[in-house]
Amino acid sequence: MNDYKIELSGVSKSFGDKHVLQGLTLNIPTGSSVVVIGGSGTGKSVMLKSILGIVKPDAGSIRIDRQDVTKLSGKDRSKVLSKIGMLFQGAALFDSLPVWQNVSFGLIQGQGVKRKEAREVAIEMLAKVGLGKDVASLSPAELSGGMQKRVGLARAIATHPEIIFFDEPTTGLDPIMADVINDLIVERVQELGATTLSITHDMASARKIADYIAMIYHGKIVWAGAASDIDNSGNEVVDQFIHGRADGPIEIDIKR
Amino acid sequence: MNILQPIGRTALVVCALAGRLANFAASALINTVQPPFYWRAVLQQLLRMGYYSLPVVGLTALFTGGVLALQIYIGSSRFNAENFVANIVALGITRELGPVLAGLMVAGRVSASIAAEIGTMRVTEQIDALTTLSTNPVKYLIVPRVVAAIICLPLLVAVADIIGILGGFLVATQSLDFNPSVYIRSTIDFIEVGDVTSGLIKAAVFGFIIALMGCFNGYYSEGGAQGVGRATTNAVVSASIFILASNYFMTTIFFSE
Ligand SMILES: Nc1ncnc2c1ncn2[C@@H]1O[C@H](COP(=O)(O)OP(=O)(O)OP(=O)(O)O)[C@@H](O)[C@H]1O
Ligand SMILES: [Mg+2]
Repeated sequence: MNDYKIELSGVSKSFGDKHVLQGLTLNIPTGSSVVVIGGSGTGKSVMLKSILGIVKPDAGSIRIDRQDVTKLSGKDRSKVLSKIGMLFQGAALFDSLPVWQNVSFGLIQGQGVKRKEAREVAIEMLAKVGLGKDVASLSPAELSGGMQKRVGLARAIATHPEIIFFDEPTTGLDPIMADVINDLIVERVQELGATTLSITHDMASARKIADYIAMIYHGKIVWAGAASDIDNSGNEVVDQFIHGRADGPIEIDIKR
Repeated sequence: MNILQPIGRTALVVCALAGRLANFAASALINTVQPPFYWRAVLQQLLRMGYYSLPVVGLTALFTGGVLALQIYIGSSRFNAENFVANIVALGITRELGPVLAGLMVAGRVSASIAAEIGTMRVTEQIDALTTLSTNPVKYLIVPRVVAAIICLPLLVAVADIIGILGGFLVATQSLDFNPSVYIRSTIDFIEVGDVTSGLIKAAVFGFIIALMGCFNGYYSEGGAQGVGRATTNAVVSASIFILASNYFMTTIFFSE
């Protein structure tokens, strides 16, 4: 079977002489939930931004629904982007707009939904991420970090996109809220048939939401497989990472 | 050889920057005439740029008109040409000082705030978020500001012209003993439509420069809070210099019979 929603092959990206992605290859099956794990600063966010076209890869191809998206611009690009919802690592809420307009931005600007109706959808979406009606008219600056993250999540799913990217959806949340968010992501995949690609450091979350897990190291995917195989990967890098050991093949530069 | 290297490098950097600016200006203009249009954003910007700039522009014009009347009186009394005070104040304000000083004051206020706002949106990934929500950031952020500034500046300068001439009138009549009705008569008789319109055309160009430099510097800012600070400074400095330089060239074009 070869039914992939997103295919990255040989993607490379350098910033100056810092080679962040070095021939990264990853296939994401349609309707599945893939989680990418990896150390801080290894290029996970850069990978997501490359798929979105925010970062232009130096080499390699990225295909969404079998269409190469690295060379798209203008109308074609926004057509592809309208299939995708994205939760940014830092939430990236528009601070000039109240919370409800942030959540319904894609509906109002992208799909021409009337403001009154959009507000109702926004309140519904906020409820899904555990935020009350009273939050809707606040400005993003009045929210805590975890609340901003959840508003970003509500914004990412509000348009019911086919593909959703979650950049660290549960960091900054308490364990209970994190689990609510995990359930929400699972629901998106199972009930709505969305394809999701998530990044996380939180192994509990990864185990819960992932169908497949991939490990990024030195700009490449060093291991990818079913989530249930993560404990028997036979890969030292993965073992060290999931057990959070300081010694192993992953070297961390700390001066002692 | 080693002397040429830095010169060449600087030249390359300047050329790249000029190219990027020209590209940015072209895409701002092209997007202005292509739908969708964000009217709500334009109105919001008109209010922020135009209405809230009125006090600054008004005060600048008032004192400039006053000091102009005073200096021209002192200078012209050396050869008994005091009668020309009203004429020269009107000419100076409408042709040059109204548009240029209003432009510079608004550059300080508006370019800086645009650069800070858009720069912050850049470094906090809000601009990236816009693209992922199928919204073109040039259309949503840049065009409304450019359009609003091109509309605002001429209106502000029209106000500055009136208040500047009023400033001259107040000084002339209150402390220099001019006859009020004679002063008004000689202002109205002397001033021509071309004096005012040339100033308003200049103002529209300055408006474009102000919004463009604010947006450009903000849009390409990088490196956190420090980068936004740098963008803000660059926006004000570059807008001011472009205003002064373009003013010179426009004056040579408009008044070169
Ligand atoms: N715009 C940029 N310019 C220069 N370097 C960049 C840029 N974006 C990312 N990098 C570099 O690329 C590397 C990977 O960054 P990235 O944000 O993808 O890390 P990450 O894997 O998401 O880490 P974390 O888990 O901490 O979020 C980092 O070393 C960073 O310094
Ligand atoms: Mg990251």
